[in-house]
Amino acid sequence: MAGGLTYTATESTAFSTAEYYGKTLVELGQEHDDVVALTADLGKSTKIGMFGEHFPDRYFNVGIAEQNMFGIAAGMAKAGLVPFLSTFSVFASLRSADQLHTDICYQNVNAKVIATHAGTSFGQAGSTHHAICDMAVVRSMPNITLICPADGLETVNAVRAAYENPGPYYIRINRGFDRVLYETTDYGFEVGKAVQLKEGTDITVIACGSCAFQALQAANFLENADGLKVRVLNMHTIKPIDREAIVKAIMDTRRIITVEDHSVIGGLGAAVAEVIAETGKGCAFKRLGIQDQFAPIGLHEDIMSPLGIDSNGIIAAVREAMNADFELDDDWDDEV
Amino acid sequence: MPLTKQEWLALEKKAHELRKLCLDTTYWAGSAHIGGGMSVMDMMTVLYHKYMHLDKEDPNWEDRDRFILSKGHAGVAYAAVLCDYGYNDPEQLKTFNLSNSKMGIHLDSNKVKGADASTGSLGHGLSIAAGTGLAARIKGKDYKTFCILGDGECDEGSNWEAAMTIAHYNITNVISFVDRNQCMIDGPTEEVMKLEPFCDKWRSFGFHVIEIDGNNIKELCEAIDYAYENTEKPVMIVANTVKGCGVDYMEGDYKWHYGALNEEKYELAKKSLEAFYKKRCERAEKEGA
Repeated sequence: MAGGLTYTATESTAFSTAEYYGKTLVELGQEHDDVVALTADLGKSTKIGMFGEHFPDRYFNVGIAEQNMFGIAAGMAKAGLVPFLSTFSVFASLRSADQLHTDICYQNVNAKVIATHAGTSFGQAGSTHHAICDMAVVRSMPNITLICPADGLETVNAVRAAYENPGPYYIRINRGFDRVLYETTDYGFEVGKAVQLKEGTDITVIACGSCAFQALQAANFLENADGLKVRVLNMHTIKPIDREAIVKAIMDTRRIITVEDHSVIGGLGAAVAEVIAETGKGCAFKRLGIQDQFAPIGLHEDIMSPLGIDSNGIIAAVREAMNADFELDDDWDDEV
Repeated sequence: MPLTKQEWLALEKKAHELRKLCLDTTYWAGSAHIGGGMSVMDMMTVLYHKYMHLDKEDPNWEDRDRFILSKGHAGVAYAAVLCDYGYNDPEQLKTFNLSNSKMGIHLDSNKVKGADASTGSLGHGLSIAAGTGLAARIKGKDYKTFCILGDGECDEGSNWEAAMTIAHYNITNVISFVDRNQCMIDGPTEEVMKLEPFCDKWRSFGFHVIEIDGNNIKELCEAIDYAYENTEKPVMIVANTVKGCGVDYMEGDYKWHYGALNEEKYELAKKSLEAFYKKRCERAEKEGA
C-alpha cells in the first residue's frame, strides 16, 4: 500500500502527522500528473503547501474561501484531475458542507479532502477550531469514504488509498504529533477493514484516530493490573464501517466500548451502535467521546483526560463495563 | 465569428423551437421554472448552436467546451436544449419533474447526458467553472467553459469568492454570463436584496463587463466574440433579459419564477410565442447583414 516508502518509527517522531501527509502527496505528485492540490490559506498549517513547493503549477491557494475551493475541486475532478484539498476539519465539514454534499458527493467526483486539525487536536484554539461534528456530517453524505487515521504512518496509507480508489474521500488527521502506533506502513491497511491491535475475549474497545493508541495502552494496562483480555480494534475507516469486525466483537466479547475524539453523536460510536442495534444481539455498550458539549480549551492531551478519551478514561470505562449487567441469551445463533 | 443574417435567422428559429419545447415540458410536468427558463434560452441557444465545440456522438468528449448552468433551476430549459441536441431522448421530457424520471427539476449530471454539472444549490457554478477552466490550463487543453448565473443567485457570497479566483488566476478560458432578469422568488431583485450597481461590482472584482440585451441574438454573439478575442481579463456578460421572455402574460412578472400551466394558459403561451418569434424574425431581417 505504501509504495516505495521507507518510513520508520524513528522518522515518525520527527514528522508531524500532517507532514507525513504532505510528503505522501508530494510523492503522489511525482508519480501522477493528474494530482493537483488546493488550499484556503492554510498551505503551511495543513502541509499541503509542501506539494506547492514541488509543483507550483498544480497548486492553488484560493484564499480564505472554502466553499469556492470545494467547487473548484469538483470542476477539476469533472475534467479528469485528482484534486486533494486541505483546510481544517471544522471548516472542511461545516463551512463548505453544501459544496461537499452537492459538488463532490452528489456528483460523485474523484476529489480527496484531507482535513487537518481534527477533533480537539488544535485544543488551545477553542471550539471555533475544534472539529467535533465533522464525522457526523460527512458520514451522512452518500458516496464518500471517511477515514480517521491513528497516526502518521496510517495517514500515509490512507492518503495513498485515497488516490488509488476512485470517488470522494474525507480523511481527518490531527494537528501536531500523534503518538506512534505503527512502526511501519506495512501492517495490512485496507479501506473499510478494522485492524486488530490486540486480541481479547472479555471486552472490545473500538477506537479511531489518536484514541487508538490510548486504547492499546489501556488494554495493556488492564491485562497486567486486572487480568482482563481486552480486544482493541483500530477502526480507521468510519465509512464504510467494518460491520463484520463489529459483529464478531459482539459475539466474542459481548461488551463494546467505542472511543473517539469527536462528538458521541454521529461519529464512530454512533456507527458502531447502529451495527449493534441491527444485529439484535444483546451487548453492553458505551460510547466514549465528547458528550454533546463543546470541549474545553487546552493542549490536546490535556483535553483528552477530562473528556475521558485518554487511556485512564478508557480503563475506567472498561472496569465499569465489566461490572455491567446485560441480558444474556444462551442461544444467540437462533436470533436474526 | 460575425453573425450573418442567415445565421441569425437560423438561431431565431432554434431559440423558438427550444422555447416551445420548454413550454411543452412545463405543461407536461404540470409546472416548472419557466420564467427563468425563457429568459436564459437565447444564451443557451447561441452557445449550443453557434459557439460550443461538442461531439454529438460523445457527450463526454474530453476536449469539448463545457457548460455550467449555475442557475440550475432553469433545468427545464437545459433539459430541452440537451434533448433537442440529441444527447437525450426527447421523449424523456414528457417525464420531466415526474416520479422515477431521470430528469428532475435540477438536472443530475450523472443521469442526464451532456449535463456538465449537477447544479441547483445556488452559488456553486462559477467555482465549478473555475475548476474546469484551471483543469484546461493544467492539461494543456484549449476548450472553453461557459457559465450562466442567475442574478438573484448573486446574493450568494460564494459567487464572489469564485470571482476573486477567476480574476486572480486570470482564468480567461471561462466566459461568464448573468441572466439579469431582475426577478427572484420573493420579488424584484432590487427589492429583495439590492444588486446595483451590479456591473460595477463585477468590474471591481477584475472582470471586463459587457452589458447587453440578453434576449438579442446579435448582441449575445457580439459579446461572446469579444470574449474570444480579448483574453487579457476574464469577461462577464451581464445579459439584461426578461423573465418569461416570449410569453406575454409571464414577461417581467417575478411570480412566474415557478409556475403551473393549465390548458388555457398553455394555449395562450403557444400563441404568444408565435407572435414573439415573428417579431424577432422581423428584427433579424431588418438589422441583419
